[in-house]
Amino acid sequence: MDFNDSPAEARFREEARAWLKANVPTAAELEGLDYIGKAKLWQKRKFDAGWACLRWPKEFGGRGASAIEQVIWGQEESKFETPQSVFQIGQGMAAPTLMAYATEEQKKRFLPKLASGEEIWCQLFSEPAGGSDLAALRTRSEKRGDEWVINGQKIWTSGAHYSDWGILVTRSDPTVPKHKGLTYFFLNMKSPGVTVKPIKQISGGANFNEVYFTDVRIPDGQRLGAVGQGWQVSLTTLMNERASIGGGGMGVGFRVAYKLAQKVMIDDKPAIEDSAVRARLANWYVEESGLKYTGYRTMTALSRGQTPGPENSIGKAVGAPKTQDMASFCMDLLEMAGAIDDPEVAEAAGLLQMTYMASPGGRIAGGTDEIMLNILAERVLGLPQDVRVDKGIPFSEVPTGRG
Amino acid sequence: MNFEFSEEQNLLREQANGFLKDNCPPAAVRKILEGKKSYDEALWRKIAEMGWTATTIPEEYGGLGLGYLELCVIAEELGRAVAPVPFSSSVYLATEALLLAGSPAQKEEWLPKLATGEAIGTFAFAEGPGRPSAKSLKTGLSKGRLRGTKIAVPDGDVAHVAIVVAKSRAGDKAAWYLVDLTQRNVKRAPVSTLDPTRSHASITFRSADAQPLGADGEGWALTQKLLDRAAILFAWEQVGGADAALNQAKEYALGRYAFGRPIASYQAIKHKLAHAYIKNTLARSNCYYGAWALNTNAAELPLAAATARVSATQAYYFASKENIQTHGGMGFTWEFDCQFHYRRSKLLSVNIGSEGGWQDRLISAVEHSNVA
Repeated sequence: MDFNDSPAEARFREEARAWLKANVPTAAELEGLDYIGKAKLWQKRKFDAGWACLRWPKEFGGRGASAIEQVIWGQEESKFETPQSVFQIGQGMAAPTLMAYATEEQKKRFLPKLASGEEIWCQLFSEPAGGSDLAALRTRSEKRGDEWVINGQKIWTSGAHYSDWGILVTRSDPTVPKHKGLTYFFLNMKSPGVTVKPIKQISGGANFNEVYFTDVRIPDGQRLGAVGQGWQVSLTTLMNERASIGGGGMGVGFRVAYKLAQKVMIDDKPAIEDSAVRARLANWYVEESGLKYTGYRTMTALSRGQTPGPENSIGKAVGAPKTQDMASFCMDLLEMAGAIDDPEVAEAAGLLQMTYMASPGGRIAGGTDEIMLNILAERVLGLPQDVRVDKGIPFSEVPTGRG
Repeated sequence: MNFEFSEEQNLLREQANGFLKDNCPPAAVRKILEGKKSYDEALWRKIAEMGWTATTIPEEYGGLGLGYLELCVIAEELGRAVAPVPFSSSVYLATEALLLAGSPAQKEEWLPKLATGEAIGTFAFAEGPGRPSAKSLKTGLSKGRLRGTKIAVPDGDVAHVAIVVAKSRAGDKAAWYLVDLTQRNVKRAPVSTLDPTRSHASITFRSADAQPLGADGEGWALTQKLLDRAAILFAWEQVGGADAALNQAKEYALGRYAFGRPIASYQAIKHKLAHAYIKNTLARSNCYYGAWALNTNAAELPLAAATARVSATQAYYFASKENIQTHGGMGFTWEFDCQFHYRRSKLLSVNIGSEGGWQDRLISAVEHSNVA
């Protein structure tokens, strides 16, 4: 039992590290660019040198790398300060779906530009009436000749305001049971009839949107999968949630809280000497440590070419609520000063307050805490699904609200 | 990354699991719980025959000279089976203490007997309620002979030898003493604990023959070192037990119907068991790190030990009580086996220091290692 790379992995890590050291963009190079411009510059540089979307086949802009090499690359890249990516949805969710369902021509047209960052994609899944119950979506698609006409509304679409393309699930037949009446498309976000309206978050930003479709036309050639096969195609998209392995130390975690506790006083002594503070910090330490070593176990399986066990699926269920609690705790340590969020004045330039305000989103987006627990219970522990009252009945007859 | 047990170690786990399923079924645990015997003697003999008690004892002293990864594997299975034997006292405490501080003569005298299981060893520490400190110790030498009383010594009623934490000669620090418990001047009185599957006794030393073990005045430092090592091994027992408790709850929930369907299909039960799975997974991964640190004598051992212990203690407590909860009324009956884990988890949460003390030790370890 050790933490060592295999010789081949060690060589790969060396190569990655050397390239990163020489090529991570400097402040000067990023001068004057907005955050999307910065992201695109970095992504293109990686793409040109063969360091983008490592696991993809080379013909689509990748490197044909193994899962463990992807993890190693991620570890090395995270050691540098690089522009934040705006490509995760496109590369992580749209691309695998295209690889599974698009034509060869479409793959050649779209995948390299996804890998290089030239085009940005968004995911049009959630709707006001169907969040966790994704299959209950209502955006309508109707076939007219060689085209489909789309009417409806999506919500929580991250990045829709700067995306070029989107993957879209629609209801093509409301007369059959829920999962059977869906059809999946991809569309140009600049299509006539697409209206993007930003939603302001409690954390102040507006990174996600409502997207309205009014008689939007999509060629049948942009359908992925068969008519009525939309749910199966969606499962491919959703299955590609990348397991986050290792890394961490970002945001408000033990390191931040510990440093703060050394700095702030309780009864004229550093808070870190207070036993209640020590106990709480210790509890979060063991959670972070547990997640880190669970990641190492998963990495070991990947390194051996094995399928990782289900352990790594606990990450979001643990991490999201912990972030909220730790941000809250840090603000408590600061007492009244913890309420100040002016970045010029606040401790850590307002990171704590920003994290506190953003953290409810983390417990909801990409699978709520409650859904994550359901998934662990059902898929890992093998407990039975809850009763579904909408099973087998036509979608148009499913109850949807009070009265 | 090679953060896993080896094939041989995984095979050992399979064998240990199978052996304990056959030789330590719930009925065997219940026999000790309900009866008058201190431990399962037949099981202990078989465990010794398999060489488990000799795992980390060097070959020159009759041991197998294997590493601590093998011992962690064994510990997990013993915890899973809630085995009613003096293994932890003899192996994690007494054997380790001798390896840490014994003179060649002391090792020569006791390690071979501990290896074969013919001698049972233990560690005598607590003297009263609350967290012990070097200053609070009352047991000590008087005219060169040991006087004092230790409470609730694990396997204190059946052990042949004990390492005793006592005052140093000058009285201001601590020291270890090696004491033959079979001598006339040692009196033991069994004491009832909430886990009768592990016997305990108070031990009174009345001018007892005692050999210094390790340097005088070094007793407290030695104790912390020993407890760090034992914490990791106990943590593996806790993880094994927590796993067993979760499985018990899961199996029960799958078969028990209410309102026309298995209670396992209700979200309240699903979420409860998912929380247990999360805690167990975190604890297991922290135990992996502890196993590595123990096996390599890593500088991070104190941090790894505290992390493993805090994590595993929380997991076992949660799994054991929610196992009863999932069983409903039946879980509360004497007849059902849920109580095995409820009792054992509590014993293991106080035996070498409670959660609070180890949370404090964890932060101290962070402060000393500059990890953050």
